[in-house]
Amino acid sequence: MPTDQTTPPTADGGTPRIRFEDVRKKFGRTTVLQDLNFSVDRGERVTLIGPSGSGKTTILRLLMTLESLTGGYIWVDGDPLTHDRRNGKRVELRNKEVAKVRKRIGMVFQQFNLFPNMTVVQNIVEAPVHVLGQSQEEANENALSLLDRVGLRHRADAHPTELSGGQQQRVAIARALAMDPEILLLDEVTSALDPELVGDVLRVLEDVAASTDITMLIVTHEMQFAKDVSQRVMMFDGGKILEEAPPEQLFSDPQHERTQKFLEAVV
Amino acid sequence: MWDNELFLQTLPVLVKAFVQITLVVTVAGAALAAALGLVWAIALRELPALLGRPLGFVLDFIRMTPLPVHLLVVYHGFTQLSGMTVGIIVFGVHYSTYMSESYRAGIDSIRKGQWEAAKALSLPASRTWRAVILPQAVRNTLPSLGNWAIAMFKDTPFLIFISVPEMVTAAREFGGRHFSYIEAMTVAGLLFLVASYPTAVLMRKLEKKLAY
Repeated sequence: MPTDQTTPPTADGGTPRIRFEDVRKKFGRTTVLQDLNFSVDRGERVTLIGPSGSGKTTILRLLMTLESLTGGYIWVDGDPLTHDRRNGKRVELRNKEVAKVRKRIGMVFQQFNLFPNMTVVQNIVEAPVHVLGQSQEEANENALSLLDRVGLRHRADAHPTELSGGQQQRVAIARALAMDPEILLLDEVTSALDPELVGDVLRVLEDVAASTDITMLIVTHEMQFAKDVSQRVMMFDGGKILEEAPPEQLFSDPQHERTQKFLEAVV
Repeated sequence: MWDNELFLQTLPVLVKAFVQITLVVTVAGAALAAALGLVWAIALRELPALLGRPLGFVLDFIRMTPLPVHLLVVYHGFTQLSGMTVGIIVFGVHYSTYMSESYRAGIDSIRKGQWEAAKALSLPASRTWRAVILPQAVRNTLPSLGNWAIAMFKDTPFLIFISVPEMVTAAREFGGRHFSYIEAMTVAGLLFLVASYPTAVLMRKLEKKLAY
């Protein structure tokens, strides 16, 4: 039961998949995000761009609950993620409550973060078995078909250290998908890869984007990829949204000089 | 001067004391220390400061006070316990405070990304520890645990403080009875070496085998 009464409905009359409301984040005395407000629709793919330190990765990390909010609220399908508004007061949720909503969110990291003590297939079945309660057989079958999808079924029993960076990242994508997330967060997933391995990873993600309706938040410097998969690009600077528009529009006709300079620098 | 006859006589006596006391206390004590040390390391990380701080203080206190003092206090404080039992408990608890530091270093060596990946997959804390963190951390910790076990083994002569007739005590008695200590003490030293060295080699092998 959604508890967020104040969320404006989306264009189709539903609750947005993600809503940031007056979100503030400080690290020590440094303010990274300042009164940030935005919504993401169900199934929408949004790319966050901006110079480093502009707060885009922090947004993903806040959603994954890897960082804690300094102020404001994050709503997922109208449910509070870490803080709720009760009788006009901001209340921090208990771990158990947070866990329920967090399960709907998956993340792929820049550094892959596969578990090196497990094989590829063990990495993928770990959470479905121990979090979702799937049987070992069911999880295994599912993992193998996901590995098929990312082109790595033949490496199911390899250890992560035996794989190339690109292969590890494809396993990490399969691992996130195995949890059947409603929201997938992609945090500079190709930045740590050798250039010739980037293509395979992006192809896998394009396939996921085309064949599912998972809501995606993408932080990337691959502008072509942003153009191919996202419906909206948000340009961040200094913890604020400088401008946002569909990719074709933002890339061809940026309204701010800052955006123009940034795009010139990365393309 | 060196007496071959005495040397041969002392062997069976000391081997017996070695097997029945030194080895038993070492193996049981090291197992206790390894288990408790892990408990401390996890507790210090997971407990709120209100409980973690006092635990940390107690562990520091044990680590920074001499083993013979612990032996005497526990031996005379709990007279219903046998010397062997006191030995195993005190050695186990004392060395658990060192081993917990080794575990801590092993746990700290796990990259932050591993914790974050576990959280992103919503793994509960118990599963994160058991399936992700500890298999990697313990592997990094093993060589250090082995060294502590060997150090503990070499501390077993402290059992003399609570009248447990471990090997060096037996050697001293034997030497006293035959008015010559050199043979018995040499045998005792050799037995320590014979046991320590293969253990060290074994630990190194195990460490290699656990690498992935």
